[in-house]
Parts: sequence; structure tokens; C-alpha cells
Amino acid sequence: MKFGVVIFPGSNCDHDCYYAIQSVVGRPAEFIWHQETSVKGFDAIVLPGGFAYGDYLRTGALAKFSPVMQAVKSFAEMGGLVIGICNGFQILTEAGLLPGALMRNSNMKYICKFLEIRTETTDTPFTNCLKQGQVLNIPIGHGEGNYFADADTLKKLEDNRQVAFRYVENPNGSIHDIAGIVNKNRNVLGMMPHPDRSSEQLLGSTDGKIIFESMVNALAGRAL
Amino acid sequence: MKATIIVTLKPTVLDPQGITIQRSVQSMGLPEVTSIRQGKYFDVQLTDSIPLERRQELVQKLAKDVLTNPVIEEFRIDWEQKS
Repeated sequence: MKFGVVIFPGSNCDHDCYYAIQSVVGRPAEFIWHQETSVKGFDAIVLPGGFAYGDYLRTGALAKFSPVMQAVKSFAEMGGLVIGICNGFQILTEAGLLPGALMRNSNMKYICKFLEIRTETTDTPFTNCLKQGQVLNIPIGHGEGNYFADADTLKKLEDNRQVAFRYVENPNGSIHDIAGIVNKNRNVLGMMPHPDRSSEQLLGSTDGKIIFESMVNALAGRAL
Repeated sequence: MKATIIVTLKPTVLDPQGITIQRSVQSMGLPEVTSIRQGKYFDVQLTDSIPLERRQELVQKLAKDVLTNPVIEEFRIDWEQKS
């Protein structure tokens, strides 16, 4: 079981993700440079936080043209697990792997703090070790985390139970308090809060670790 | 040949930057300014030999697939008038 952590020019949580998976969760992880054209041999792909391409044009907008994203797209289409954290979530929406968009926070401020999110579904490979309604203590650090989708898309997200996490107290204006969503096939998760920054007690919380452990659990189940 | 692509948020999408600018403008003593919407502007230079149809198709594609996020934004294209 091998995790791949993609590095875009401007990623800055790549090492946090690598460390959380490799050293805290204890599963092998490798970096994938964004110019790679294949993700062969990986069981799960992590798109880390940061400012890919300096957030030029729009957050995540240019990262979708990185060669690796074609491979990530095919990987996701074949059911591979993909998690996008923060900037990774923005990239997934821009690349069309998740619906909606992330806009400037409604208060126009970059927000960096611990907050609470509620688990809305345990029926995903990313939340299967959590309990329905479980509240996670987890940090956010973003200026563009204000999730937006049109009414039709929102209805579909809610009807299919694709909202994975909701903010207990909405920090950024996100519609329906959305903090994270999965795609229809439930194998792609995007979330603004950082499980990579909340995987060991030294950092203030270990709640984020359960998300990586859920992925390990899901992958172990597939291997059987 | 030059095209200018203007990208704006859809009217239904909240523009916190525009609202913040408009509030600041009010506080500087211009209460007549009732709304500001912020957008983006791209100057795109094309080779002159390109056929009209292809030119329009290309700039449409560029605006639609790269310069805007159709979930929240829309665009319009202004063509440079050659004198």
C-alpha cells in the first residue's frame, strides 16, 4: 500500500502530508513531481495544500494543466483514492474531479485557526473509521475556502450524501457550511481543513489522523 | 490581432472584494457609488494570418476552458478594431 504526495510548484504542505502518512500513520509514501505523467504503483494520491502556481489566475486553475493531473484523473476514474487538502481541494474542483468552486472567504481574510467540523457521512473510504456526527478538532489555513455550487449541484450533493464534513461554526461563508465533499463515486475527497496538521498530539489534535487511517482501512479492505 | 477578454463573477455570485471596495469608497465620501463588482482583464495577441472563424473559436475556448471558472464566472470578448 503506497501513498503518492504530488508536489506542484508552490505546494507547501507536501512534507506535512508525507510526514503524517509515513511517520505518524506508518504507511509508505513517496513524492510525485507534477511533471510526471503516470501514477502507476500508487494506491492513493494526495494533493497537498499550498499555493500551486502562486494561485495565479485562480486558486488551483493552473495546476490542473500539470501533466500529472491527467494521470490523477484516470486514476480517479478507475476508482483510485484521491484526497485533496486545502489547495488540493481547490485543484480538484478546477480539474472537474469535484463539483463546485472555492471562492474568496466572505470576510476577505486569510483564516488560520483550529475549529470543529462534523462528520456527515461515514460511507466513504476517507471517513469509515469515524462515527456519524463525530466532531473533529482540525485546523484551517486559507483565504479561498468559501465553497460555492449552484442550487442543482447542491441538491445532488445533499441527495447523494456527498457532503463529508460541515463546519460546526462557518468561518468563511461556505454554502451549506460545507468543509469537504466527495465525488459521486465516493473515491475522491476534497476538504479545506488540514488532517495533515492534526495527526499528532504535539500539533494539538490527532483527529485528522483518522482520515488517513480510514484510507488505509479502505485500501486494506480492497486488497482482501 | 488582439482580443480582450473580460471575466466577471456571475451576477448571482457574491463578490466580497467588490463589496469591500464599495464600502471603502463610500467612507471616502462618494455615497453615489452604490455597487462595485471586481473582474479580470486579459489582452490576448494572436497571429494575424488566422482565419476569422478559427480565431473566434480559439478565443472562445481559451476564455471558457482556461480564463474563467464556469461555476462562478462569465466572460465577454472585445475584438480590437483595426483602423
